Amino acid sequence: MSYLLFQISFVVYFIAMSAYIVFFVSEKGHVRQIARKIFLAAGLLHTFNIMVRYLEAGHTPITSQHETVSFFAWSIAWCYLSFRWRFTVKNLGTFVSVLIVILMFVAALASREIVPLVPALQSWWLPFHASVSIIANGFLALACIGGIMYLLQEREIKRKRFGLFYSRLPSLEALDKLNHHCLTIGFPLLTLGIISGSIWAKQAWGAYWHWDPKETWSLITWFLYAALVHQRFTVGWRGRPAAIMTIIAFLAVLFTLWGVNYLLGGIHTYAS
Amino acid sequence: MPRDSIVLLGVNHKTTPLEIREKLALSDGYEGPLRAIASIEGIHEHYLLSTCNRMEALYTTESPAETRQKILSFLFGDAVPQKDLDTYVYHYENEEAVQHLFMVASSLDSMIVGEAQILGQLKDAYRYASQQKTSGPILNKLLHKSFFVAKRVRTETKIGASAVSISYAAVELARKIFGQLDNKSVLLIGAGEMAELAAENLVGQGVANVVVANRTLERAVKLARRFNGQAVSLDELIDQLEHVDIVISSTGAAGTILSKGDVKPVMRERRNRPIFFIDIAVPRDLDQNINDLDNVYLYDIDDLNHVVELNREDRDREAVKAERIVAEETLKFSHWLDNMEVNPTIVELRKMADEICRIELEKTIGKMKDISPQEQKSIETMASAIVAKILHNPMQFLKKDNSRCVDRRERITTVHDIFQLDDQNGSLKE
Repeated sequence: MSYLLFQISFVVYFIAMSAYIVFFVSEKGHVRQIARKIFLAAGLLHTFNIMVRYLEAGHTPITSQHETVSFFAWSIAWCYLSFRWRFTVKNLGTFVSVLIVILMFVAALASREIVPLVPALQSWWLPFHASVSIIANGFLALACIGGIMYLLQEREIKRKRFGLFYSRLPSLEALDKLNHHCLTIGFPLLTLGIISGSIWAKQAWGAYWHWDPKETWSLITWFLYAALVHQRFTVGWRGRPAAIMTIIAFLAVLFTLWGVNYLLGGIHTYAS
Repeated sequence: MPRDSIVLLGVNHKTTPLEIREKLALSDGYEGPLRAIASIEGIHEHYLLSTCNRMEALYTTESPAETRQKILSFLFGDAVPQKDLDTYVYHYENEEAVQHLFMVASSLDSMIVGEAQILGQLKDAYRYASQQKTSGPILNKLLHKSFFVAKRVRTETKIGASAVSISYAAVELARKIFGQLDNKSVLLIGAGEMAELAAENLVGQGVANVVVANRTLERAVKLARRFNGQAVSLDELIDQLEHVDIVISSTGAAGTILSKGDVKPVMRERRNRPIFFIDIAVPRDLDQNINDLDNVYLYDIDDLNHVVELNREDRDREAVKAERIVAEETLKFSHWLDNMEVNPTIVELRKMADEICRIELEKTIGKMKDISPQEQKSIETMASAIVAKILHNPMQFLKKDNSRCVDRRERITTVHDIFQLDDQNGSLKE
């Protein structure tokens, strides 16, 4: 049942992405309206999918690779939708939907088996720590997309050759603001995720910090974002350097999320 | 007998990059170059036009091919390498030259089609030429005609009103950089017309604050008052950069007035808030490398052209109408020119006839002994009446475009042949 919902939401995301791409190319306003509605529908279906999976599994479905990535995609979708509700960033939807479809694809490739929870994970910290961390990643992913869009737009304005993006992407100011907003939400959440993880670790493993690869990389990621946020608020770092830093930091996020599991192992690796 | 050709040589923003045009701009006024060209052999009438976007020489000559080379090396010799001459310099003769001049005058060839400045610049350039007496009957007529065409285009089409100007392009870019323009402020360096226009547009888009920096404070104060802004002196420029978001520079300075080194420390003070420089001066006011700084955007007049290009379609409709007017007027002028061409033939024909008349009268009257002055007068009158009657049809044949569809040049040749105008001295003496 949950898998069927997953597949349906995947397909609907895909349709939304196609509509967004059509809008991106044609710049026709009504296509955007349609794309938005489809995207919202996909987001709702995906929410439903996760709820059903929660009931089927009996625990928060953020433990396996499939679940984590799917939840990651879900959080990006809703971060974006929460954003959309507050202010519009032209064509952000196109980029976001592409990323979501990629993530959904990755999730679809992973094993969908519901594995029983290992004892270490049987705690009410699980929903809190995992969801907060991944929602933080969702905002950071949006910041990264904003950064990429910023670089694309900035490149055309700096080079004075207006190609595909000049008319289609929003103003640099809007993109920089997006970066700022996402960081101011994403960074505290990331901090909260790490702290909650640490407290949980104390309960589960007896120590706050183990220097397990995942923890180490989370810390590295945290420091990257901390540096970025610090620079932004003190010396007014913005624009291109901030955008590049956002992208690099997000690569660290992705590595923490996946790379660590595959390459470094450690006690955080439960199922994949 | 061929008449002089009208030749137009030049470079403009379409053919030639800014760096080259900068070198060509006549910084010391028109007098010197006009005099220098006057001394070139084979050139009869000439005038020069030098603006931000173009450098053109218009002249009449009997031998276009030979003078072309001389003019080219005089005007462009230093700035343009020989091998690039063909790509940069356009070359029009006669009707094409006339048409090009009319296009320029009516602002159809401008970087910002429809902008009104060019006509003033053209009139200025012409004033110098007529003061220096380098323009003659053909160029006088041609330039006056071009002013007339410009006026016609302006009143009969909406090209001026629909002119998508530099300022429009600047506003569009500013929007892509800043998003909202309200609560932004703009600094005008130099208080030229273009700067004023751009500022007007920006204020129309909600820019809150205007600061004017000018060499003469008086003009700065005057312009600032128009926008409820403030005037500052050029010395305060760097301090001002800290507070403004958009800078429009249009001074007539020979060198750059702001370098990368000037702007870099300002960015720290600004906490990296973006700043947008628009340099509409030729030669450029601002160091190009400023654009390399993060959060700093510098556009010069050529760059803005690209943005203007994006909005071209709207203007095209009016431009078609305007071009029709230009074509019409070009045709009319060509007729006038052709009549100029016919004139020498008419003059020669009349001269020849008068000459025959005079010789024959002398012969006849010389033989008549007792003749009263009154009688002599009657005979002379009769003779010239006969001449006039006989010449009437050939004259009409020359002047009028009639239904026989004979080419004007051919008609001239015919008349020349029949009356043996080319070796009239020989024919008269036998």
